[in-house]
Amino acid sequence: MKFSRKTLGIPYSVFLILFVVLPLVVLFFYAFTNGQGQFTFANLTGFFTDPNAIGTLIYSFAIAAVTTIVCLLLAYPTAYLLAMSSLKSKSVIVMIFVMPMWINFSLRITAMKEILTFLEGNLSMYPFLNSVIGMTYDFLPFMILPIYTTISRLDGALREAAMDLGADERSTFLTVTLPLSVPGIISGVSMVFLPAMTNYVVLDMMNNSTYIMGSLIGSYFAAYNWHAGSMIALILLGLICLFTLLSGSGEEDNQRGGALL
Amino acid sequence: MKKKIGTSVFLCIMLLVLYLPIVILAVYSFTDATNIGAIRGFSMHNYVTLFTTPELLEMIGGTLILALGSAVLATFLGTIGAIGSFYSKKKVNAAISTINQIPVINADVVTGFSICILLVVVLGVSKDTFVPLVIGHVTLCAPFVYLSVMPKIRQMDSSLYEAALDLGATPFGALTQVVIPQIVPGIISGFGLAVTLSLDDYFITTYTKPATFNTISTYVVNATKGSQTTIKTALWALSTIIFAVVILFVAIVNFRTVKKEEAQDV
Amino acid sequence: MENTNIIELKHVTRSFEDGFNAVTDFNLEVKRGEFVTFLGPSGCGKTTTLRMIAGFDLPTSGEILLNGRSITDLPPYRRPINTVFQRYALFPHMNIYDNIAYGLKQKKTPKDLIEKKVKKVLSLVDLEGFERRNVSTLSGGQQQRIAIARALVNEPEILLLDEPLGALDLKMRQEMQYELKDMHDKLGITFIYVTHDQEEALTMSDKIVVMNEGRVQQIGTPEDIYNEPINAFVADFIGESNIFNGIMTGKCKVRFGGGEFDCVDDVAEGTHITAVVRPEDIEITAPEKGIVQGTVTNVIFKGIHYEITVTAGKNEYEIQSTKNAAVGNRVGLFVEPDGIHIMIAEDHTNVFYADINKDFRLEYNGHKIETSVTKIITGSRRLEDGSLVDAQGDVIDLNRTRIRVEIQPEDIEMTDEQDTGLVQGNISNLIYQGDHYSYVIQTDLEQDFVVYDEDLWNMGDRVSLIMPLDKMKFIYNRKK
Repeated sequence: MKFSRKTLGIPYSVFLILFVVLPLVVLFFYAFTNGQGQFTFANLTGFFTDPNAIGTLIYSFAIAAVTTIVCLLLAYPTAYLLAMSSLKSKSVIVMIFVMPMWINFSLRITAMKEILTFLEGNLSMYPFLNSVIGMTYDFLPFMILPIYTTISRLDGALREAAMDLGADERSTFLTVTLPLSVPGIISGVSMVFLPAMTNYVVLDMMNNSTYIMGSLIGSYFAAYNWHAGSMIALILLGLICLFTLLSGSGEEDNQRGGALL
Repeated sequence: MKKKIGTSVFLCIMLLVLYLPIVILAVYSFTDATNIGAIRGFSMHNYVTLFTTPELLEMIGGTLILALGSAVLATFLGTIGAIGSFYSKKKVNAAISTINQIPVINADVVTGFSICILLVVVLGVSKDTFVPLVIGHVTLCAPFVYLSVMPKIRQMDSSLYEAALDLGATPFGALTQVVIPQIVPGIISGFGLAVTLSLDDYFITTYTKPATFNTISTYVVNATKGSQTTIKTALWALSTIIFAVVILFVAIVNFRTVKKEEAQDV
Repeated sequence: MENTNIIELKHVTRSFEDGFNAVTDFNLEVKRGEFVTFLGPSGCGKTTTLRMIAGFDLPTSGEILLNGRSITDLPPYRRPINTVFQRYALFPHMNIYDNIAYGLKQKKTPKDLIEKKVKKVLSLVDLEGFERRNVSTLSGGQQQRIAIARALVNEPEILLLDEPLGALDLKMRQEMQYELKDMHDKLGITFIYVTHDQEEALTMSDKIVVMNEGRVQQIGTPEDIYNEPINAFVADFIGESNIFNGIMTGKCKVRFGGGEFDCVDDVAEGTHITAVVRPEDIEITAPEKGIVQGTVTNVIFKGIHYEITVTAGKNEYEIQSTKNAAVGNRVGLFVEPDGIHIMIAEDHTNVFYADINKDFRLEYNGHKIETSVTKIITGSRRLEDGSLVDAQGDVIDLNRTRIRVEIQPEDIEMTDEQDTGLVQGNISNLIYQGDHYSYVIQTDLEQDFVVYDEDLWNMGDRVSLIMPLDKMKFIYNRKK
């Protein structure tokens, strides 16, 4: 066969089909079958009729929502002030804010855990609070960066135009800067909310024994219950798709990557 | 003026929030203390433990080899994938880009679990062969390489490739001599991204690794559950070293960008 | 008497933290209803001045008065002044109606009145029925009109326009020029307009403020500025000009550009002057009938006339003539006395032009000047392929680019050793000025240099001129 540039796409396409599409197909198959390979809805109905599982779902939502809100409340002013400031070496300062992301998350959580242990004496007192603190500490840079990028890319003339047309600073912020930074908020939220629903390691490390959605997969994995585990994974996948569609950021570029580099 | 001070104060507090835990841990890593708060004398024993315990050294070495190896594979796959996809028909391009997006958006728990089911449960590949682990990491990283190379291809003057052909280069020659050099920045940042993602990964590793193998993430998570204080405090030393390496790296990158700007003058 | 000035700027200066003065001692009075244009090259401070009037920038010192009352420190949202931004700055998250209504909503105008006013202003800019359209669906010209409508709907006392036509193509630009002028006449609002385009300024303005390096050069009607430029900069910037440094040699006699001309200005003998000659005022004659002899080096046909370049020594004359000339011909040049505009040189800065050679070094008279080209042309950089591009990324054509070099008379040193200096020549004039002699050296390149020296040299002495690198000032002007 003659070489052409298109040919280069084949190995990667094959790779994607084998290791991205196929695993999801298998996941789907396992979610709707039982140990004997028979088709069943039992895994699905099992989840939605099990009060513990529903409780886990609600707890996941709660922890993810609180973490996201706390992250947003801390990150937005930080990103806004950074973007608006006339600091000389701004790129360096932004880099300093993002630098913790390059330190292994487990070590960062360890550091936070030691601090909390020192402050509270015993981590079992406030499991929810500690988990939120841990996750916020872990995910905060992922919220700062997209918001910062969006605000700093805003044409300064837009804010000047608003002031020129009679809006004072507060009104300019509310009618121009805030609405135009929504895309940054959305990608920040999607980079915090979804991991917060699934990242059960943070809870583990904070000695919070309550399950979130991710922990369910972990426990089924440990118990070799592939079918029930697949159903949880599928439900999570559904939630992720729903969230992505809602935020309209399916085409959203390399946000997680952009945040890391 | 008041506003400026307020801004600085707020930003400083945020930096403090972000760095204080790591810095405190770094300070305590140089002491005998086994808990934050207990004041003990200066000691390097955490660093000695870190560099003399075979288990720890193996874990660090394994993490680095895994990260570099899967990053090389992911960079190769992601780069040729991006080139091939870009020059394919629109529909093919759209299909590849969409599938590429799945591991990016998906939760790592789901990605790891689904790969584990396919390879280990369905196909029966042994985890001890490291094959599921490497495939898992490449699946995590390659899409990000694809995403960081793609814009560079898009920005490239499309007539460059044709010009090379026009001047007598073979398609393969035109690709290696003209196209690849143009997208090197994208490939490099994709590689860096791949290394970082692999180093930081916990979930995919957990679901695909051999039982006796550990990366920093999986090791630390297990170690914090145990009560072995010598290992725990040795990890403080590891955290401090990584912190120092990151600072050094950022400093070098900044220094070089400044240099580069100066060197542009005639 | 009633004060008819709507806005006055008094000694307005804006300096930045790094010591750079964007605007220095700016004084201006604008009458109600005038169309005033700030004209100058990029970086001359015209936009900064506009921003201070709008309130986006505050003067470091000086005062801005609106209707006789100071608005110097007033924030933009409290000034009855509206701006049309360079790239329009339409709010992308609002439709056309909400964009235009924005200012009225801020003022809590009743809804039905807003609707009426938006409708009216949309018809003024010929975009009826565009209320529900999205900003991104509009062409550049339409966005421009919406930007104007959004400002005008607030009925400002002054409308500021910051290079509003810069982003449009040529045809659209000319059309908008007439429309803006029309609108100005119809509405009677004061317009302050910023541009670097001299043609735009000459076409539309009642009054032009020519600026350079943060300072006002000249204020006047378009006719005044074209016909009676006050200095070399204005002459060069407005229209095409030949500009020479020269010296008065007698009553209404002046020497510049390699010849001695008669002129109408009676300036004391020995005075250093700058002479400006418009290209259309130079006549090509037979060599013996001209005041200056030279060779035709370039001819371009421009439709209504030929643009002819004649080189006489190191001097170049740009000539516009309806008659053709052949490259290589020896010709004479003649200028009527009233075609020569004499300006007494405010200082005796020597000006000459250096070429850029292939190695990106400056060259003059075959000598290299060791300095960095990218430092002279701000924002420029070299690409990997070896070409030089400016801050906008446009390639700088080295063959067509010259760098203006300025050096003060006291910084040049004269020497007998012919090889040591940058250029050689003979002393053609000397005057004692109290503590030093002022010499004029007529160089072999037919260009005069002024040099101050404490020692006495003789008329006709042959000297070489040493110019220290650190005393030379380099300026890059993009040629149109």
